[in-house]
Amino acid sequence: MSSIGTGYDLSASQFSPDGRVFQVEYAAKAVESSGSIVAIRCKDGVVIGVEKILSSKLYETSSNQKIYNIDRHVGMGFAGIQADGRKVVGIARDESSDYRQNYGSDVPLKQLANRVASYMHAYTLYSSVRPFGVSAVLASYSEAYGPELYMIEPSGLYWGYRACTAGKAKQAAKTELEKVKASEMTCEEIVKEVARIIYLVHDEIKDKLFELELSWVGKVTNGEHQLVPEDIASEAIRLAKHTLEEDDLDDDD
Amino acid sequence: MAVNLITNGSNTTCSDLSSDWMNSEVMTGTTIMAVEYDDGVVIGADSRTTSGSYVVNRVTDKLTRITDTIYCCRSGSAADTQAIADIVAYSLNFHKMELNEDPLVKTASTIFRDMCYKYRDSLVAGIICAGWDKINGGQVYVIPLGGMCIRQPFTIGGSGSTYIYGFCDANYKQNMSKDECLEFVKNAVALAMSRDGSSGGVIRLAAINKDGIDRTIISGDKIPTFHNG
Repeated sequence: MSSIGTGYDLSASQFSPDGRVFQVEYAAKAVESSGSIVAIRCKDGVVIGVEKILSSKLYETSSNQKIYNIDRHVGMGFAGIQADGRKVVGIARDESSDYRQNYGSDVPLKQLANRVASYMHAYTLYSSVRPFGVSAVLASYSEAYGPELYMIEPSGLYWGYRACTAGKAKQAAKTELEKVKASEMTCEEIVKEVARIIYLVHDEIKDKLFELELSWVGKVTNGEHQLVPEDIASEAIRLAKHTLEEDDLDDDD
Repeated sequence: MAVNLITNGSNTTCSDLSSDWMNSEVMTGTTIMAVEYDDGVVIGADSRTTSGSYVVNRVTDKLTRITDTIYCCRSGSAADTQAIADIVAYSLNFHKMELNEDPLVKTASTIFRDMCYKYRDSLVAGIICAGWDKINGGQVYVIPLGGMCIRQPFTIGGSGSTYIYGFCDANYKQNMSKDECLEFVKNAVALAMSRDGSSGGVIRLAAINKDGIDRTIISGDKIPTFHNG
């Protein structure tokens, strides 16, 4: 990597002469080199898929869950440095239970996203800490607000999305996502889409060992965020692999 | 020689020169009531504030605004309930700005409850929090003395309420219309006012729905009368 930010990139409390905070940009680079995450909001729920790249065959496959429950109705996944991500999950859980303690009801996702983003942003202001190297994806479904999806970048910026992606295959995934007409599809259909897209953009050569983790929250789960049931997930993965093989066959023409 | 002792709450003073009301905390003795109906709530209260046996205010407004669509009925210590209502209104206004939409009745009652429970040893406050929000429509929550909070289809409170439990249980029906609720509350409060020395004055009624509050006042000979014996 060229040292573009020489001298001005040593701490988050410094601007460069052209107005950039390099530490925050480097945090984004950490996200870009990690396993991808894809999330789609459909008409009655949200589905999150995470590409779990395994660095060793010795890992116990189910012990490394990458999508977390924040509250009953909220789920969070992220792309980037795992340890940083776990801290953000802890913060989100604190804020969510704090809201419930003070106001007696489920935290609206907009509020939660705001609070978590403010927290992540705070770490971009001082030289004594470094920014979080994660893009956090928050999803929820409620009768009151319907399905909601937010993504928070390392800088603390966040937006609501119809579909979002982060990680190494971000660009390729984004192109695929733009083609999906999610607002007319149900959760079950979207699970297949998420699986298909992740398998499509996954780099077979560099990251041979990988696992796909899928979770959803929507009307179909009665507003509870949970991992997609084994049978639906494996069917979606089977279909995704099949589509890939078909495409590979076409390539030989 | 007999000593003239006056005890009010935790204060005991000895005085030949002052009456009971000069050393008494100001209480809203009270009858308060709230009923849910399909699109909103109806709330009602009497208008008497007492200090011992002296009527400090005979036209009190015990129906206090928290937001445009959430009101509370206050009973117990006038000072305590005013202070609590002010704090809740402030907190809720702040919350509304963060949320960028109207707060829920449940949120208001949770904040009431937290305060009434935390300071239960210092406060004397019985509060009914009632209003309308777009998620759950009309709701009534009651927060009695110890600081519990429960939602009920209708509820009564204050010293005057003890005299009308039978009337209310016998006359409440589910799915009443707004006008039926208003009649029900008016008659109940009138009955309580005629039997409870700490309740009296005028009947203040209000109906709250998505458009806000609609207040009425029943005074003088318009107050329903029943058997006077």
